Amino acid sequence: MDFMVFQYPMISVQACLDGILLGILFALIAYGMALQWGVMNIINIAQGDLVILGGYIAYFMYLYGIHPAWGVIVAPIIMYFVGVGLYKLVINKVVDRDLFISILATFGISILFMQLMNFAFGADVVLANSGYGTTFLFDSAVVLPNSKIFSAFISILFAICLVIYMKKSKLGRAIRATAQNARAAKILGVDTEKVYAATFGINAALCGVAGALISITFTIHPYMGLPYTIRSFMIVIVAGLGNLPGVALSGMGLGVFEEFADYILGTEFRIGAVFLLLVLILVYRRFKLSRKREYLK
Amino acid sequence: MKINKIILSFISAIALLLSSSVISFAKVVGDKIILGSAISLTGKYSSNGVHTQNGYNMAVDRINSMGGVKVGGKTYKFEIIYYDDESNPKRAAQLAERLISQDGVEFMLGPYSSGLTKAIAPVTEKYGVPMVEANGASRSLFTKGYKYLFAVLAPANLYLDVAIRTAVELNGGKGVRIAQAFEQDAFSQDVRLGILDAAKDTGSEIIIDDKLPKELNDMAATLVKVKQMKPDVLVVSGHTKGALTAIRQIAEMKVDVPMLAMTHCDAAKLSKQHGKNSQYALCASQWHKTLTYKDDFFKDGMTYAADFTKEFGYDPPYQAAESSAALLVFKDAFERANSFDQKKVRDALAATNMQTFYGNIKFAPGGQNVDKPMVLFQVMCDSAGKCENKVVAPLKWASAKLIHPVPKWSER
Repeated sequence: MDFMVFQYPMISVQACLDGILLGILFALIAYGMALQWGVMNIINIAQGDLVILGGYIAYFMYLYGIHPAWGVIVAPIIMYFVGVGLYKLVINKVVDRDLFISILATFGISILFMQLMNFAFGADVVLANSGYGTTFLFDSAVVLPNSKIFSAFISILFAICLVIYMKKSKLGRAIRATAQNARAAKILGVDTEKVYAATFGINAALCGVAGALISITFTIHPYMGLPYTIRSFMIVIVAGLGNLPGVALSGMGLGVFEEFADYILGTEFRIGAVFLLLVLILVYRRFKLSRKREYLK
Repeated sequence: MKINKIILSFISAIALLLSSSVISFAKVVGDKIILGSAISLTGKYSSNGVHTQNGYNMAVDRINSMGGVKVGGKTYKFEIIYYDDESNPKRAAQLAERLISQDGVEFMLGPYSSGLTKAIAPVTEKYGVPMVEANGASRSLFTKGYKYLFAVLAPANLYLDVAIRTAVELNGGKGVRIAQAFEQDAFSQDVRLGILDAAKDTGSEIIIDDKLPKELNDMAATLVKVKQMKPDVLVVSGHTKGALTAIRQIAEMKVDVPMLAMTHCDAAKLSKQHGKNSQYALCASQWHKTLTYKDDFFKDGMTYAADFTKEFGYDPPYQAAESSAALLVFKDAFERANSFDQKKVRDALAATNMQTFYGNIKFAPGGQNVDKPMVLFQVMCDSAGKCENKVVAPLKWASAKLIHPVPKWSER
């Protein structure tokens, strides 16, 4: 235990800002997960691996001399097609089945992706340098890498675009209709098959954006996907499905929680703390649900 | 039905052929000495696994083409059976078992990484198979009383020892304030123990002692603490991941610290890919091509590096160099033992005292090489932004003068 974070107020400010910027990025991944969970009732364990794959796209652009920031445009386009392809190959076979089947299937996809990425890109840890510099606040007591600010900004931008798209476009309305009631939507002429494919594609595209941002801000590695899956899973169960402000808030909350856990418990417990929080939330929700059931009796 | 039967008999014929050819592997066949190695060709260690394999192969070719190994008046050639251990310790132990009991291998070369070597060592020990390894530096390998394990490299606890001692020396012999962040794995924790020892010896104080998890890609919290506490030395060890994360975030957060010491800089390709961001970082290395050790096979470091680059298309990292050295040690031991008796070869290995292009090799009773100090290099960049690793310590091999303290970010 280390309470340095409380002895120096500026460290708290730093932790909060770091956490919020990080949380916005998490929220973007979680939003994709919430979307396809809500529409297709699938929990995608491969979410984090799609993120990492997006990161590699930006990394390869960087290797070939293109600024990795362009990755936030290129990665989602490629990842959209990866997502649609994945849907056509695997997900469409599990979409109406038990939730457990979908978890197993996406778990398999996750392992496959990890190994394929390892095979194709090697086991090295890589990153893409953006060269964005640094912002100093409060007489340089608080330091924010511009890459973090950039990724939060891009995440917000994509989230806003997506919300508008879901509200205004035909496909967006079809997606929302399918989420509300797939059968009714089908009867009213919505091609749900197409909607599912598009939803999975959009989710993969969001992962692509997030991955590109992660390769600019942090590092990527073929086996680093799972923590991102867990984080987005947690954000979604806290916020609930189809609740974008909730996702954004719980994303930022998680980011700040992680940063403080890092300072107080030590860096080694950072990811551990996230997992612990997940267990606590699941237990709490179960507890709440069982109370509700009692009312019904 | 008939076709099925034909196919079946065909398959069994092939299986029989394969199994008989497997059985024919043994320690020495005709004029071949067969060595076995489980190596990480896939999985998370695959890049370093390949460096290790390239190092082994290069030495095998070189020794074979320069006359091979002379035992009992006859000349033998080296050959290696490789299996892919998928970077998985359990698999590595199984493969060692298979190499020894099925393939009849009587002499082993090590795998990549301390973790896998730890998994294999009990197996080779059980069968009394001498193993020369080049990529397991963890101290715990050498404290278990293994009799058949020999490591050509310096143990992990010595990796950054030199850095602390240099810092103390530059501080006029007074103790320094150390901040450290280490990954939670066997190797990095050994490096940490080495730092604790060095700190105790020199009266230095450890003011930040962070542990990094395996999945880590953000160490901002540690660096914020470093900014606040202003230590004299920051030590980071967490394989390539740790090195890259540290370099990126130190540059982005403009963390000023007089000395930054790390491991795995060349594996992370710091000077090549991260140029100015990595400038002034001090890195522990088992070997550097500018060292002036010599042998008959590879001549010296520079020649080795040139030959390796010609053959494999990249600069040899130290993982490749030490792997090549392992073969030289084996050759020397076979010739001195003048026999293929495992016990005799083991005793000859234990009595090794030689110089290779990689460094002097002499084993302590625990099996670690005690005759080869670690070197420290510093990433130095010219005004055009081209960066290079230059050896700065120990002074005997220094090709450049250590830049200390590291200039502040605001002055760069």
